[in-house]
Amino acid sequence: MNTDAIIALWKREVIRFFRAKSRVIGTLGFPFFFLAVLGTGLNSVMTIPGTNYLDFMTPGILSMVIMFGSVFSGVIVIMDRQFGFLKETLVAPVSRISIIAGKSLGGATTAVFQGLLMLIIAVLLGAHIDLEAVPAVIGLMLLVSVSFVSLGTAIASVMEDMHGFQLIMNFLVMPMFFLSGALFPLDSAPDAIRYISYIDPLTYAVEAFRFFLAGSAHMPIEISLGVLVLFLAATTYAASYLFSRIES
Amino acid sequence: MHIIQTKDITKEYNGLKAVDNVTISINKGEIFGLLGPNGAGKTTLISMLVTMRKPASGSAHVNGFDIAKDSGKVRKSIGIVFQDPSLDEELTAYENLELHAAMYGVKENLGNRIHEVLSLVGLEDRKNNQVKTFSGGMRRRLEIARGLLHYPKVLFLDEPTIGLDPQTRAAIWDYIKKLRATHDMTIVLTTHYMEEADSVCDRIAIIDQGKIIKLGKPDELKDSIGGDTITVTSSEAKKLADAAGKIGIKKCSVHDGKVTFCVESGEKKIPAIIGLAKEMKIPVASASLSKPTLDDVFLHYTGKTIREEEATAKDSMRIRRRAWRR
Repeated sequence: MNTDAIIALWKREVIRFFRAKSRVIGTLGFPFFFLAVLGTGLNSVMTIPGTNYLDFMTPGILSMVIMFGSVFSGVIVIMDRQFGFLKETLVAPVSRISIIAGKSLGGATTAVFQGLLMLIIAVLLGAHIDLEAVPAVIGLMLLVSVSFVSLGTAIASVMEDMHGFQLIMNFLVMPMFFLSGALFPLDSAPDAIRYISYIDPLTYAVEAFRFFLAGSAHMPIEISLGVLVLFLAATTYAASYLFSRIES
Repeated sequence: MHIIQTKDITKEYNGLKAVDNVTISINKGEIFGLLGPNGAGKTTLISMLVTMRKPASGSAHVNGFDIAKDSGKVRKSIGIVFQDPSLDEELTAYENLELHAAMYGVKENLGNRIHEVLSLVGLEDRKNNQVKTFSGGMRRRLEIARGLLHYPKVLFLDEPTIGLDPQTRAAIWDYIKKLRATHDMTIVLTTHYMEEADSVCDRIAIIDQGKIIKLGKPDELKDSIGGDTITVTSSEAKKLADAAGKIGIKKCSVHDGKVTFCVESGEKKIPAIIGLAKEMKIPVASASLSKPTLDDVFLHYTGKTIREEEATAKDSMRIRRRAWRR
């Protein structure tokens, strides 16, 4: 492990994120409309036991922001390959693991930043958030985002160009979002959907966020956290394995 | 002392030998050129020397380190400028260099070093601009600066001037020569611009189909195929041509009051010819020497010119494009 290189690569991700203003605005625009339109619009017709729809939805949209931002950070590997910068990192006297670590931490930092902005927007729109839960939520955001950055990196490591990006969005990211119980309670969902949602890692992220932010969840917190830790282990392993195999 | 030494190094792609049993030694401090058409194996050879690819067989040492066993130390000893761009366009020139320094463990005097390499390539005043605002030539210069930042012992330049306009190309070669003069650095470059290789390199290896066909100083290479021509204008051209046998010149021809002698090492023969003319009291109006170019050398040893090769590559691309349209 090379700390200087990890810090430098982390810094690169953060600089790039804040320099691309459209990316900051773009990643927040989508969740904003979800909350503002669906959250407030359906608030009166959706009855969720013990809470209102906006409060129910907020942890779900937070998970979505974290996942989208993180997967995108991982997928930047493809852009780096296309624009050639990847080569510069691959021939440096730095281990692949250090490169991955720097990228993941950088991606996670930007994702957590987006998550916090989104929480502020939710509060402005009228969601109720327990302030004491914020430190735990930040920790959870880090856990979830490192996993998804790694997932993005793993996929990007085996993809040649940006054409595959749309595939990831349509066949992996969007289904994961819709099946996660971010928008509707899993208790009342048909069995088929509920069972599929149990193999969706994002479900456990939504459940865990809901536990801390709304105080109640469908699943016990031990299970959600346990699954998320396993998911973290699996994705970081996949990312380091596949990224190490890239032939420069 | 040899800073790079390869022994029977070989690399295959799908059964095709991209680099075929290459054994070369590169001296410390020289500018060494690998010359050959696209696909000759230049880039593959370099990518093995910089530890990006592993050789199928054979071995190589760079700065005394084995490329297979000590790749980390090899990487620290070298700088690379790739054929394709490899900068982060969103970052500024300064940030690109900073990131490079962190990855290569350069910490001392970082600000001064960045200043030094940027002024060497004339980009000091653009250091805080994002790379995406740079022209092709400026990007190339920045990449060269970056390659130098960690004071490498060997700088690899893979087609450093490809796709650039002649002015920028000349400027880049100026920087490269300046580097060699100021730093005690060995430079290994590939190019398929023959004139550039000729004027810059101390030694050149002609590589074709993965093999080193011929290696030597540019002048030696050109001498090795013979065929310098000396053209002498004289009112008694015929008489001079008939006497040429006396100083050992066998091939000559006369036309329009000019004698054309075909000789080896032409610059050494001019005095002899002038001397002969003086002795025989033949007036000489002018004498000129033309040397073969590296193009001729390449043609002589491979039976084809580099430019023909390119034409075929382009043609096949055009044919493919036509096939697509149907």
